[in-house]
Amino acid sequence: MGFFVETLIGGLMAGMLYSLVALGFVLIFKASGVFNFAQGAMVLFAALAMARFSEWANIVLGGDSLFLANLIAFLGAGVVMFIVAWIIERLVLRNLVNQEGATLLMATLGIAYVLEGVGQTIFGGQIYTIDVGMPKDPVIMFESLFEGGIMINKEDFIAALIAAVLVGVLTLFFQKTPTGRALRAVADDHQAAQSIGIPLNRTWVIVWCVAGIVALVAGIIWGSKLGVQFSLATVALRALPVVILGGLTSVPGAIIGGLIIGVGEKLSEVYLGPYVGGGIEIWFAYALALVFLLFRPQGLFGEKIINRV
Amino acid sequence: MIYRENGQFKTTYAADQQIFTIAQDKWFVLGLIAFAFIGVPMLADEYMFRAILIPFLILSLAALGVNLLVGYCGQITLGAGAFMAIGAYAAYNFMIRVDGVPLVAALLLGGATTAALGIIFGIPSLRVRGLYLAVATLAAQFFCDWAFLRLGWFTNYSPSGSVSISNLSAFGWAIDSPVEKYLFCLLFLVAFAFFAKNLTRASIGRQWMAIRDMDVAAEVIGIRPMWAKLSAFAVSSFFIGVAGALWGFVHLGSWEPAAFSVDRSFQLLFMVIIGGLGSIMGSFFGAAFIVIMPIFLNQALPALGSLFGIAISTAGVAHAEFIIFGSLIVFFLIVEPHGLARLWAIAKEKLRLWPFPH
Repeated sequence: MGFFVETLIGGLMAGMLYSLVALGFVLIFKASGVFNFAQGAMVLFAALAMARFSEWANIVLGGDSLFLANLIAFLGAGVVMFIVAWIIERLVLRNLVNQEGATLLMATLGIAYVLEGVGQTIFGGQIYTIDVGMPKDPVIMFESLFEGGIMINKEDFIAALIAAVLVGVLTLFFQKTPTGRALRAVADDHQAAQSIGIPLNRTWVIVWCVAGIVALVAGIIWGSKLGVQFSLATVALRALPVVILGGLTSVPGAIIGGLIIGVGEKLSEVYLGPYVGGGIEIWFAYALALVFLLFRPQGLFGEKIINRV
Repeated sequence: MIYRENGQFKTTYAADQQIFTIAQDKWFVLGLIAFAFIGVPMLADEYMFRAILIPFLILSLAALGVNLLVGYCGQITLGAGAFMAIGAYAAYNFMIRVDGVPLVAALLLGGATTAALGIIFGIPSLRVRGLYLAVATLAAQFFCDWAFLRLGWFTNYSPSGSVSISNLSAFGWAIDSPVEKYLFCLLFLVAFAFFAKNLTRASIGRQWMAIRDMDVAAEVIGIRPMWAKLSAFAVSSFFIGVAGALWGFVHLGSWEPAAFSVDRSFQLLFMVIIGGLGSIMGSFFGAAFIVIMPIFLNQALPALGSLFGIAISTAGVAHAEFIIFGSLIVFFLIVEPHGLARLWAIAKEKLRLWPFPH
């Protein structure tokens, strides 16, 4: 029983990490109807910027304060992501208004290639580390309940907490602020939003910027776990089932979807994996998402798709 | 002036329903095929065959298959790489497990197996649409990656995980030199291209297009969505499967699952979108673009660097390739969202009026 709960909790935490990446997808899809395949590249790009900036800041500051160096690096990387968002809007999205979904999807794949290339050219293509001072040691909990207690990774726990806070803030942002309302209006109907005076271009810069910040947070957490390297860009592929399971347009959906996928992956790997040779995590997540899709084709919390002739 | 249909009168329905109704088109295509069969083998060298021409032919065939599904039936798929893998491994298993099965039969059986599995992986399309479907097809991709890597039966329990095929021969014709491989692939491609062209002109192709344009409306006028969608999946998978088998057998010779990774799926989708959705000709343009571009960049960038006295490292070239390739894709999508095939159509229209446009 203890082992089961441990796996379950591990899955939940892994799920929160997936939702962090999934959030980026949802944000951009919500506000511009673009399915952003470049999200993984953005995570990589942000993490690379963060890792190198903190390295440089550390040298400039003389290695006195890790916190200050990280803060400077975070702000620097945030500015970089803003610039990236602005360039993407300026050069790509503005020229692709009113194109079909498939075309936009391909364009973001093109952006992903460019970001991967530029990121590694500017910041270097080696493996870097991000050290934001997260505790690495596991803690044992609930020793009174289960024999031997449950081992929880403190790092995962903090990451999950950060993800939860981020989601709360974003939900508030979308639902309560005027900017959030404008974003939702743009997502609903480009033309109608424009006709009541919402600046389309600025809205897109904002949303890509927010997605960039989310990518930065995801990049820091994933980067400090796995190290910053090229394979970080493939995290997006792991987060895709989360997005379609939760629904492309729902922020809470990204979280619930992440939790379901995280738990499903871990449990399947532990209890089903040994029978079929292991390594089933990746496709099992997709298969799980597919099963849910068969019952709800728009995802668990997605807006209902209405077909009219 | 040259490209004009004036004076070409059709007196029978059969004449009116030819594939190429304009004589110039017909002669152009016939000339092109003749050149591909006779001219190219005389002109190209071995490197050209190995690095450009054979990959181009095989990937064109795969792109044709993807185009039938994405461009004609409107079902976005990101699992084309997996279908290529299924074709390759199925054909391999037919080759080694069935005694004396001829090469062509093995390739076609590989395609048929892919078609059967394509129907199964296509079932979600009956319920799920658009981007959700695109992501759902990734399930096929990752499942196949895993299955061919982990389940030993498919690779005949080869310890390294890679399988190989040698001594190809069809109808007593030993296919070992690059020229022969090229001709073998070309035969397949020409046959399948005409097959695809005719399919899209026939009732089944019209059903696909109706589903693509608006599936609810298509259903109302009496088209069965299930039949139309699944047949599109089957036919497209058949094409992609045969292409995959050719890729493994003829181009690679020995391969492992990484040869058909998710990157291949994206690459194939790039081909049909850059080439032109819903266009047979576009598949060829797209394949040519995607095959030649990286090779060109690989050759041109170091040369360009040395011109300005900068030595670009291999990693630098790889990164620059990424940047240029990505920018080109975005650039093409912005200037011509309907693909290279659209440019081709515009050029033909201009040629019709030239040199008296008014």
